[in-house]
Amino acid sequence: MAAACKAPAESRHDFDDKAAERGRIVAAAAGCAACHRLPGIDWPQGRAGPDLTAFDGRGPIAGALPNTPGNLAAFVRNAPAAKPGSTMPAMPITPSEARDVAAYLYGIADD
Amino acid sequence: MSPPISMVLPMTDAQTVFDAWWGWPPPVLDPAGPYAESVTVLAWALFAMGAVVTAIVAAALYVALFGPAKLKARIGGEKTVWIMGIAFPGVVLLGLLVWGLTLTASLTDPIRGDEQRIRVTGHMWWWDVEYLDAQGRVVLRDANEVHLPVGRPVVLELRSADVIHSFWVPNLSGKKDMIPGRTNLLKVQAEKAGYFGGVCAEYCGGPHALMGFVAVAHEDADYRRFIAGEPLGVPSLAEQQDVPGQLPALARRTGAVAPVSAQAGAVGGALDGEALFMANGCAACHRVAGTEANGLAGPDLTHLSRRLTLAAGVLPNNRGSLQGWIADSQAIKPGNRMPSYDLLSAQDVAAIAEWLDTPR
Ligand code: HEC
Ligand SMILES: [Cu+2]
Repeated sequence: MAAACKAPAESRHDFDDKAAERGRIVAAAAGCAACHRLPGIDWPQGRAGPDLTAFDGRGPIAGALPNTPGNLAAFVRNAPAAKPGSTMPAMPITPSEARDVAAYLYGIADD
Repeated sequence: MSPPISMVLPMTDAQTVFDAWWGWPPPVLDPAGPYAESVTVLAWALFAMGAVVTAIVAAALYVALFGPAKLKARIGGEKTVWIMGIAFPGVVLLGLLVWGLTLTASLTDPIRGDEQRIRVTGHMWWWDVEYLDAQGRVVLRDANEVHLPVGRPVVLELRSADVIHSFWVPNLSGKKDMIPGRTNLLKVQAEKAGYFGGVCAEYCGGPHALMGFVAVAHEDADYRRFIAGEPLGVPSLAEQQDVPGQLPALARRTGAVAPVSAQAGAVGGALDGEALFMANGCAACHRVAGTEANGLAGPDLTHLSRRLTLAAGVLPNNRGSLQGWIADSQAIKPGNRMPSYDLLSAQDVAAIAEWLDTPR
C-alpha cells in the first residue's frame, strides 16, 4: 500500500502513510501543537506560531528555505540552525522522527 | 475535550500525566508502594465479591424462571430472605466496612518524625510543592511535580489556597482532599523508581481537567541531587539511539537538546530575558530565586529547566512548548490564571524562555 502511493523521487510529496502517522504522533508528543494548529491533534491548538492546517507544501519553508523534505525535516528539528533568526526553537526530536514529521506535514498538504 | 493524542503513545517512560496514565495495567491496579498495595487488594476483593453476588443472583433468577417446582418451594421461603437477604449481606458489608475503615486509617499512619515532609498546596489549577526539613523549614520550593525518595516513607501535607482540590497518585495511594484552612496528611511510599501520573480528583472549576502533575520516585543519590537543586542527569539527544519509528522517551522527558543560545542563529540570547521578565509583570506572579521575582500567584519558576512538564502536567517541557505557553497560555489551558502574552514579539518570548530555561 505504501509502495502504491509512492510518488516519483523528485516529488516533494514523497512520503508514505505510515511515516505520516508516526510523524503526527511525534508532533503531538513533542508539543508542537502548543504553538501550532495541526490536523489530527485535537488539543492543544496553540496560536503562537502559524496555523499549519493550511500548510500547502509549496511556498518556501518559513518564508526562506526551498520546500524540500530534507529542508523541512532539518527545520522542524532545529529551526534556528536551518534558518538563522527563526523564533521557532530546536525541538527534542531525532533526525528520523523529524523526517516523519515532515511526511506528516506533506500529508496535510496532500489532503 | 477529547483526550490529548499523547495518550495513544505506548511509552515505557512517561512524560506528561497523559503518558503516565497510559498502559496496562492501569495505575490503580499497579501499586508502586505499600499504601497503594492495600487499596489494590481491597479493589480486587470488592470486584471478586461483586462477581460472586452477580453469580448468585443470576443463579437465583435461573431457578425462578426455569427451575423445578420442588426446588423453588424449598428455597423460596421466608428463611432464604432472612439468610440471603439480611444475614449474608449484613455480615459481608459489616466486614467490608471494618476493612475499609482500618485501611483508610492505615493510609494516615501516625507520623514518626523521620519521614520526608513535602507540603503540597492546591491552587486553581496548579500545585505549589515545598520540600521541608524535619523542623518544617522549606528547603526547596518547586511546583507541579512531586519527587520522592524510593523506599522511604513520605508525609504529604496537603492544603488548598482556594477551593477544594483532591490529590491523587493512583500508583501510590488513595485520594485525599485538599481543603481550604486545613492540612490533611497523606503518607505514601514508593518501592520502585519511576514516573507516576497524578491528578486533581475533585472538580475545581474551569480547566480542572488540565490540572495534573507527575510524581517521580528517585533512588537516594538522585533524590539528594534533586533536593540540592542540581540538574538531573539526562542524556543529551546525541547520546540517544535514533531508532526510526520509536520514540526515545528520555529525550522527550526534558526536551534535552542543546541550549538554544549555543545554537547557530539563535535569537533569544541577544535580548535580555531577565529584564523582559521583570518589565512584563511576570515577576508579580512568579518567583525565581536569586532574582527580584518573588510573586506567589503562579508556580515557582526557579527550577523550571528541570521540570518534566509545563502547566500542571499537561505539556511536555521543552523550549517550544514553553514559548507557546508564554505567548498564548489561554489557547492551551483556557481560563487559567495567567494572561496570554500575545502582544509580546516572538523574539521577546524566545528571550524570556531562554532565560527561564537556564539551570539555576
Ligand atoms: C497574573 C499572574 C501571572 C502573570 C502576570 C504571569 N503568570 Fe505565568 N503563570 C501564572 C499561573 C497562575 C500559572 C499556572 C497556570 C496553570 O497551570 O493553571 C502560570 C504558569 C506559568 C508557567 C508554567 C509553569 C509550570 O510549572 O508549569 C510559566 C513558564 C510561566 N507562567 C511564565 C510566565 C511568564 C514568562 C510571564 C510573563 C511574560 C508570566 N508567566 C506572567 C500566573 C501568571
Ligand atoms: Cu483542582
